[in-house]
Order: sequence, then structure tokens, then C-alpha cells
Amino acid sequence: MSTATTARDAGRGASDDVRRSKVRTAGRRAEAWAGIVLTSPALLVFTVFMFVPIALTAWYSLHRYSGFGRMRWLGLENYRTIAADPTFWTALRNTVLFTVVSVPLSIALGLGAALLLNRWMPARGLFRALIYLPVVISGVAAGVIFLRLFDPVTGIVNQLLTRMGLPDVNWQGSGTAALLSVIAVTTWQGIGFGMVVYLAGLQGIPREIYEAAAVDGAAGWRRFRRITWPLLAPTTFFLVVYSIITSFQVFDVVYVLTRGGPGTSTTFLVQYAYDQGFNQRRQGYAAAIGMILYVIVLALTIVQWRLQRRRDEAL
Amino acid sequence: MTTVATPPGRVAAEPDTGQPAPSRGHRLRLVLAIAGVLVLMFPIYWMLRVSVASTDELASLPVSLWPRSWHLENYVDPWRQYPFLRWLGNSVVIAVVSVVATVFINLCAGYAFAKLRFPGRNLLFLLIISTLMVPIQVIMVPQFQLVIDLNLLDSLGGVILPRLAEAFGLFMARQFFLSIPDELLEAARIDGAGHLRSFRSVVLPLSGPLIAVLVIFTFMWRWNEFVWPLIVLTDSDSYTLPVGLQFLIQQFSNNFGPLLAMSFLSIVPMLIVFAVFQRYFVEGIARTGIR
Repeated sequence: MSTATTARDAGRGASDDVRRSKVRTAGRRAEAWAGIVLTSPALLVFTVFMFVPIALTAWYSLHRYSGFGRMRWLGLENYRTIAADPTFWTALRNTVLFTVVSVPLSIALGLGAALLLNRWMPARGLFRALIYLPVVISGVAAGVIFLRLFDPVTGIVNQLLTRMGLPDVNWQGSGTAALLSVIAVTTWQGIGFGMVVYLAGLQGIPREIYEAAAVDGAAGWRRFRRITWPLLAPTTFFLVVYSIITSFQVFDVVYVLTRGGPGTSTTFLVQYAYDQGFNQRRQGYAAAIGMILYVIVLALTIVQWRLQRRRDEAL
Repeated sequence: MTTVATPPGRVAAEPDTGQPAPSRGHRLRLVLAIAGVLVLMFPIYWMLRVSVASTDELASLPVSLWPRSWHLENYVDPWRQYPFLRWLGNSVVIAVVSVVATVFINLCAGYAFAKLRFPGRNLLFLLIISTLMVPIQVIMVPQFQLVIDLNLLDSLGGVILPRLAEAFGLFMARQFFLSIPDELLEAARIDGAGHLRSFRSVVLPLSGPLIAVLVIFTFMWRWNEFVWPLIVLTDSDSYTLPVGLQFLIQQFSNNFGPLLAMSFLSIVPMLIVFAVFQRYFVEGIARTGIR
């Protein structure tokens, strides 16, 4: 009798399993269905306005195209022309030079601001907000503001230089000075971002570590060198890579402040691509410059992912 | 009672809350902070100061630090000569529509990528995330052709639609939803709610902070955006504020008073948004995986 019951139980159990697995498959299907429905708006816009254009950029870069009429197949001709194009190399060199100066500058000043404002101080919130404020101003408006400050004749910067007994600087006539003026604006707009990121990083350092260091007698510069700076390394990595990528995309400020000049001394890769595509109407050539920019940025993004993953695993 | 007695004098300098006794280092830091903020705020002050100056006043050197006369007409006259109100309207429409659409798209997709299993999920997410840092200059040539083909040239739709493919917001939304415990969703499902319904009734009410961050950043980016509207908008009536502003630079050339007055007006809406939602700017940056 007992065997009969177990057999019956086993039979019922089996049919339960079948039913449950049917329910589970139906559940899976409903879940997959919901997932597809919810992602479809994003997939639509990303396909039409991102994936297809990226593929088309690669396709255009192999053609001569003025924006109207027929495209003409060139193969790799555009890339060969770029390799021999002195303006392209100037633009690349300018971009790298700009990046090498402006990125460490904003990061160092951002770190300074964060260290200063991480500890208690009256009106600390207000100080932080004011330092962050330039970040939210449009590149065009910032460009106009500094256009006035750096006016070679009536600008306040040259007035100050004169008063200090220094020679006037022709901010629009000299290549180095023009590059410096662009760096000044991007640094002005970059400090606040660096500060906020570093503040988040500083908040992640456990206070016990500092207390232990205080017991050991580490303070001031030594404490910064031995504790704060190494513990902020992931934050710094993130900021460096992120800032390099964004500094490869600086357009608005340059467009307003220097127009890429004098000559080509502040022409960066993005300006050159824009100029070739929309002023010279060499859209195939502009697409080829775009592809090169894409490869650079993608390489930097992958570096950043690697670092981020290693960091997440370490945590 | 046997807790480690830390020397109060040393630790007191460290805590980031509470009030330490005013010391020399303390005063030095305050002075440094004030000096730094003064330097950083000077361009803003100078924008305001020049915005009430006449051309003559700016030509006679040195320009005084405080205005001697207030030419407030700089703030009024350009409105009559140029379609500034249209530009403002265009900017508002573009920013608001972009914000609503971006938030909708990213909430839906972010939730699905974080909490639902469906075929191709990981590959799709990877593809989308790989566009996170793609500069507009990479894709602007084909996008321009696309906008022409869709008959959207010189329209606000032509500015809005292509920029809805914004991986940053989607990434942030997914990160946020990953932090919501599965048990909460399972409880809703046991009560008989479907996936879409539990998304609407359980997940959405929790998404306030995420929505705030998405709204602010999307608003800021679309409000300040320059190169894409510059390409798409050809008629001066359909300009946005940044594009209109760069048009004014050529119009006013050396007449900086009205130019800076208009620059200031163009950033006022952004400054208000910043003042009100300041907290979320910081939170948004802290939450994007940066620690």
C-alpha cells in the first residue's frame, strides 16, 4: 500500500514538474517579450541615428562625395590623402598639444579645489557650487565671455598685463597665445568637474585610515603623498581618460574664440572635419577624418573599461 | 570604555563635519578658497559689467571695474532687431521635448537591460555602450544626409531626433535599476503583476532620483548644444540660443555690451536649473560609476 502511494505521489510529482516547467517557459517568454518591448524605442533610435551612421561614415570615407549628386568610389584614397595632408597633421598635433596641457591642468586644479573644500569651512557648499558653475555654461557663451576678456586692444587681460609692466599679448594674432586662450576657457570649465569627481573619490576613503595615519604621525604633504594620492588613483585614472576623450572633442569654444586660427594654429581634428565636410563640401574626406577620430576615441574608451573592470574586481 | 583614545588635537583637524577651532591652517584654507572663487567668478562678473556698458565706455581705457553708467537698453534693444524670442522658444522646445523623450527611452531600456532576460541582451547593451564616447563629428556627415532624406532639415525635429541616441542616460538608468533588489520585483510578480505592470507600479515610483539626474543632464546638454543645431538649422528664425549667439557675434562685432547682455540671458535658464537641482548634478556624477 505504501508503495502504491509513493508511486501515485511520484506520478503526481512528475505531472507537477511538467506543469511548472510549462509555466516557467511561458514566464520566460513573457519576460523576453517585455524586454523586447521596453528596449524597442532605444533600439530604434540607436539603429537609425547611431549604428547606421557609424557604418555609413566608414562607407562614405571610401568615396568622394560633395553632399549632392553621385558618390564616386575611391577605395582608400581618402586615407592616403590624409596621410600626406599637412593640415591634418597640424590639426592632430594641435589636438594632442592642447590635450597634454589642458588635461593635467584641469585635473590638478580640480584636485586642489576638492582637497580644499573636502574639510569643513564656512559656506563650503556655496564655494563648491560657484566652482562648478562654469561647467553648466554653454561653450558658446563661455567663448563670448573670453572673447571680451582676451580682446587684444580693449580686453581686461591685456590691461592687467600693461599695468603689471608686461608686454601686450596679441591673443588673436599669435598661434601660441590663441592656443593658450582656448586652454584658459576649457580649464575654467573643467575645474568644477574635476573637483566634484575628486570629492566623490575623497568621500570613499575611510576615515579610519586617516586616524591610523594621525597616530603614526603622518600629516600634511606626507599624508597626501602616502595615503590620499594612492587611494585616489582610480579616480585620477578615470578623470585622465575621460578628460582626454572630451578634449579630443572641443569644438564650441574654438569656433567662437579663434575660429581655428590664426592660420591653422588652433585647428583641432573636430574643427578640421567640420570644415572639410560643411565648408569645403568634401564629405567623404570629412568622414575619413571622422573614422580616424572614432578609432582614437574607441581605443581610449577600451582603456578606460579595462581600468574600470580591474578596479571593480579589486573592490 | 576602553576605546582607543585618539589624540583629539590631531584628529580635530581632519573631520569633514563639525567645527574645528579656528586655526592658522583653517584661515589659510579659507583665504585660498575665497581667492580661487574670486578668480573663477571674475569672467562672470565681467560679463555682467560689460553687458551694461556702451561702446564708447569700452573704447576709453582703462575700463572701470564698476559701471559708471548703466546702459540697460543693451538688454532690450537686441530683442527688437533679432528674433531672440524665437531662439529662446526653439531652445525651450528642443530641451523639453528631448528631456521627455530621453527619459522615457532610457527608463524603459535601462530597466529591461538591468532586470529582464531576453535574447541578444548583452550584445545589444555592449553595442549601445560602445557609442558612449562617439563624438558627433564622427557621424555628422551621414546624419546630415539622413536628416535631409527624412525631410527634417531646418526643423526642430531634425535637431531632437538624432540626439535621442544618447548612451550615457541609458547606462545611468541601467546602473540605477541594477541596485533595486530582485525580491521587490518578485513580490510584485507573485501578486500577479506582469512585467510591464510591475515596471509601472513598483519600479517607476522608486525612480525619482534617477529621473532627476536624467532630466538635469539631458537639459544641460541639449540647452548648450552647438555644432549639431548649427548644421541642421539654416534659417535664422529656427536657430537655438547658442547658434543665435554666434550669429550675433558677427552682427555686433565690437559692440560687446548687447552681445554679453544676450549671452547672459541665454545662460540664465541653465543657471536657474543648476541652482534648483544642484544636489543632483553632484549625485549624477558620483553615480556614473565614479568613486
